[in-house]
Order: sequence, then C-alpha cells, then structure tokens
Amino acid sequence: MSAITQLRLKQRPSAWSELVRRLQHGDVIFRLLTVIAGLLVILVAIAIGYELWQNSALPRAAFGLSFLTGTNWNPVTEDFGALPFLYGTLQTSLFALLIAIPIGLGIAIFLSELAPEWLRHPVGFMVELLAAVPSVIFGLWGLFIFVPVVVKPLGQFLNSTLGFIPIFQAPVFGPSRLAASLVLSIMILPTLVAISRDVFLAIPQAQREGALSLGATKWEMITQNLIPYGLSGILGAVILALGRAMGETMAVTMVIGNNLDLTPSLLHPGYTMASLIANEFTEATSDLYRGALIEIGLVLFGLTLVVNIIARILVWRVARRIPMEARA
Amino acid sequence: MSRMETAFSPIRAARTESSLHYRRRQWVNRIMLALCGVAAVIAFIPLVWILVYVIQRGYRYLNLDFFIQQPTPVGVPGGGIFNAIVGSAIVVSIACLISIPISLIAAFYVYERPNTVLGTLIRFSTDVLSGVPSIIMGIFAYTVIVLTQGHFSALSGGFALAIIMTPIVLRTTEEMLKLVPKTLREGSLALGAPDWRTALHIMLPAAMTGIITGIMLGVARIAGEAAPMLFTAFGNPFLSTDINQPIATLPHQVYVYAISPYRDWQDKAWATALVLIGIVLGLEFIARGVAAWQQRRLRVR
Repeated sequence: MSAITQLRLKQRPSAWSELVRRLQHGDVIFRLLTVIAGLLVILVAIAIGYELWQNSALPRAAFGLSFLTGTNWNPVTEDFGALPFLYGTLQTSLFALLIAIPIGLGIAIFLSELAPEWLRHPVGFMVELLAAVPSVIFGLWGLFIFVPVVVKPLGQFLNSTLGFIPIFQAPVFGPSRLAASLVLSIMILPTLVAISRDVFLAIPQAQREGALSLGATKWEMITQNLIPYGLSGILGAVILALGRAMGETMAVTMVIGNNLDLTPSLLHPGYTMASLIANEFTEATSDLYRGALIEIGLVLFGLTLVVNIIARILVWRVARRIPMEARA
Repeated sequence: MSRMETAFSPIRAARTESSLHYRRRQWVNRIMLALCGVAAVIAFIPLVWILVYVIQRGYRYLNLDFFIQQPTPVGVPGGGIFNAIVGSAIVVSIACLISIPISLIAAFYVYERPNTVLGTLIRFSTDVLSGVPSIIMGIFAYTVIVLTQGHFSALSGGFALAIIMTPIVLRTTEEMLKLVPKTLREGSLALGAPDWRTALHIMLPAAMTGIITGIMLGVARIAGEAAPMLFTAFGNPFLSTDINQPIATLPHQVYVYAISPYRDWQDKAWATALVLIGIVLGLEFIARGVAAWQQRRLRVR
C-alpha cells in the first residue's frame, strides 16, 4: 500500500477510531468488495466440480468404477457405461490434433517468421474471426455442406486404401467420427495458432541470428532452434487445443452421427461425451439416467481440468522465462 | 585475407564439399516454407466457405418480417425469429448483469495484488473456468437453478452464460488495467485519493475502451453459445419475456431448425445462422476496431 497509509499507521491513535476512520475512508469496503468478487470466482470454479460430484452420486453408487469401462448405454434397462463416449471423445480430439498441429504450426511460423509486416495483421485477424464463428454454425455448415462434399468421399478413399486398419473399417458413413474430427481440427486451429505464434514471437532475435549466421537455412533455424526453444509453450498450445476439442459440443453433435455402439472405426458414426450430454440430457427421465449423464459431465470436467492445468503450467513456464502474453 | 579463407564457413564448405547436400537443404527449406504459406491459405478456406454458404443460403429469407414475426408451424409460409432475437437479448443481458460487475471488481483485486495467495487462486480459477466446456456450465446451471426452481428458465440460461463470460471479461480487464501508466495511479494516490476513488475515477476511465472491447468480445462469445442453452433456457416457440419461463435463443434456434427433417425449417436455420453470424462477427469487428484505434492512440501519445 501507499506510503501515506504507513505513515498514518505509525501514529495509530486507537484501534477503534482507526477502524472508523478507515471505514469512512472507503478503502476497507472497496477491498472487501474486491475480495468477495474474487472469492465468488473461485467459489464458482469449485462449485462446478462439487455440483457435478453431488448430482452423480446415484450412478457412482450403482456402477462404481465400472462406469468407465462399461460398453452398454441402455436407458431402458438402466445400464450405463461410458467407454464408447470416452473412446469417441479421445479418438476425435486426438485425430483433430493430428490434422491441426502441422497446419496450425505452419500458420504460426508463417505469421511470426515469414509474412511481411502488412500481411500479418489481416491473416491474424482472419484466424481470430474463425475463432468467433459460433459452434452451432460450424455444425450447420458441417451437416449440410462439409460432410457430403468432403467427408464422405474422403472416408471412401481412406477405406479403399487403408481399410485393412481397424480405424478405417467399412461401412463408410457421412456423419461420423471422421467428420467430427475434421470439423474439430478447424475449430481448434485459432487456439493453436494464437498461442504458438505468441511463443515464436517471444523468442529472442539472437536465437535466429545465431542460427542463420552459422549457415542454417531458415527452415533449419525454425526446426533446430526456434521449436526446441519454445517447445514447452508450443506443447501448452497443443494441450489447450486438446482441451477445447474434448469439450466442443454443438458442432460435434451435429456431424458425428450419434451412435451408441462402441466401434473402432473412424468412419462410423459415434458419440463424444459432450454430444451425448447435449443429445440426451433433456430426455433423461429417471434420476439414475440423468445422474449417469451428469457423471459423464464429471468425467469430461475432470479430463479438461487436468488437460488445462498441464497446459497452463507449460505456458506459464515459458511466460516466466520470456515476457509474453499467452492468452487463450 | 588469408584468415577469411581459413575461417570455417558452413555455407562454403557445404557448397564445395557436397553441393548435392547443399542443394537438398535449400530445396527442403523452400518447400517447407512454401508449405507454411499454404497452411495460412488453408485456414482461409473454411472461414470463407462457411461465410459464403451462410450468406448465399440465408439471405433469401431475410426481410423485415423475418426479424419482427414469430415462428410459424412447419409448412406455413412466412414467420420469423422475433422470439429468438428477444430471447437472446434477454439471456445475454442477464449474463452481463451478473458477470460484468463481478469480473470488473475481481479484476481490480488481481491487478492490485497479483501475487498474493488469493490473487493467484483467482487467476488460476479464471484459467480453469475458461477451459471448462460450455456444456458443463449448462449442467451446472441446471443443477443449481433449474432443479431448484423446478422448471427451465431464461434466468438459468443467463447464469450459465455469465460463467462463460466472466473469465473473458476478467482477463481483458486485468490486461487493460496493466496497460494504464503506473504514474497515473501513483499520482492519484499521492494526492491523497483513497484506493477506491483511484480505481473508480482514474483507473476505470483510463482503461475503459479496453474493458468495453473485452465485454464486447465476451458478449460475442456467449451470444453464439447453443450448448448450455439446451437444458437451461430450453427454447420456446413463442415470444416470452419472462425470465422465469423457457425462452428461445438464436443459436439454439439454429440447432433446432437444422436438425429438423423439414426442408422449410432447414432453410430457416441458414437464415437464422446468417442473423447470428452477423451479430457475432459485427461485435467482433467493432471490438477489434476499437482495440486497434486505442492502440494507435496510445502509440501516438
């Protein structure tokens, strides 16, 4: 606090009159307000976990840990297992990462190392606009345009060339985990690009000059110096993008085909945890059914929480080493 | 002269000793850098593709009636999305009313004491909240408000959106406060102004443009959220302004129309999407414009 307050504290007439004076001063109230607002934010974060835990008590008691490994989801017999959806979430988001990482890093490199000054802002702005498009509009576009035009032919191609691998097994569907993965890869691109671009921009110029002066080509400079230097930040970006992909709901719900069965193939329709909740929550008639859906939410919450904490630690570590603004 | 020649130069060495190797490196360089440029182009394709289709398939339905009429049943021509526009406005307003005061005040705490235990916890919680999927916020609002009240309501929808908006506004406000010159704050304190007066009358006005940008970005984000609306605001085919009743929102309406089996409704989904994307991208444009203008103004100073 300011020097003035310290001066006043030294005189300290009496505790009571000091308190009255400070109350009249207004700062105590202001401070209290800020503390309350801050505590509210923390409280909400905790309350989300608590509510999910409390409201999923029924299925947790009924199924225990076998909830996570059960492959059946049958509201009629009230038999619930989350494995197909865990698999769907992990498969789609990891596959989305696989596609998005090279493209996202490419754009980040383009924006930070290659693009002329006048091109950086417009391209960066376009990527931000992509982030602003609502999920449900991605879904609409995916459902009516992207799936029939791109996903179906691509699925048939993958099946005819790589069909011997279980994840590319026939039959080929339009709305499928592949469709969800592709749409997700577009949706997580902005996160990846924004953070990894900031990481690249924060790398000291000397790193580049050193590499170039030793005769490295620009590409060698990027792969041998910049990427290792900013690796933890880039990893942070990738993991944050993974978190976004796992929680993405509307677009996935609209293109994934909504199928409860556990099949390995990427070309089959499936369900992610988020899309299952979106689709069935309002139809949940019994308490156990709704509880099971909330427990799916709990699992999803736990997964994204872990992923986000890891990502934050990675990004914070870079931020502490080199001054930068890493915001997601 | 002789020193120069004996000095090790990888480029020259590569050129003379193995020109094939050198050329290969050059080609790898060119191809990979070109691919980075291609990646930047690839990012444009979906954005342009989406915009073109939404506009092309949506504009036919757009007329005044679409904005001021209520929906008609399947097959009945005409009808609009007035209820969803009103509903979105109400739900987003509720979210703003809850979220903005809390995030602004909390941002002041984080700004003034970032490294205390509480400050770190607040920042950590903000990060956690910004990473929680929006559908989880929907479940949270459902268990806290819908279950307690016993029915779906606009209020619960606004509550869910408020939680999504809070980290965005808190974060930008904190960043904007940091951008205000320290001397301004110290000057005010040195003149004997209490902390709250400094915050309210000096810091807040100085950071106002940035904070408004943050709020607009937050609104742009929550206005497009459909997932938490599914089981909070729930949707309503009729006009409602009661915050204790289910209410229609634009993104939810897009979803309902899109997955319906009727051609008529699917066309309306595109038109509604056009309205929604217009609002969201419009907000985004204005916010970014304001931010750019602010930055230029600060630089000129």
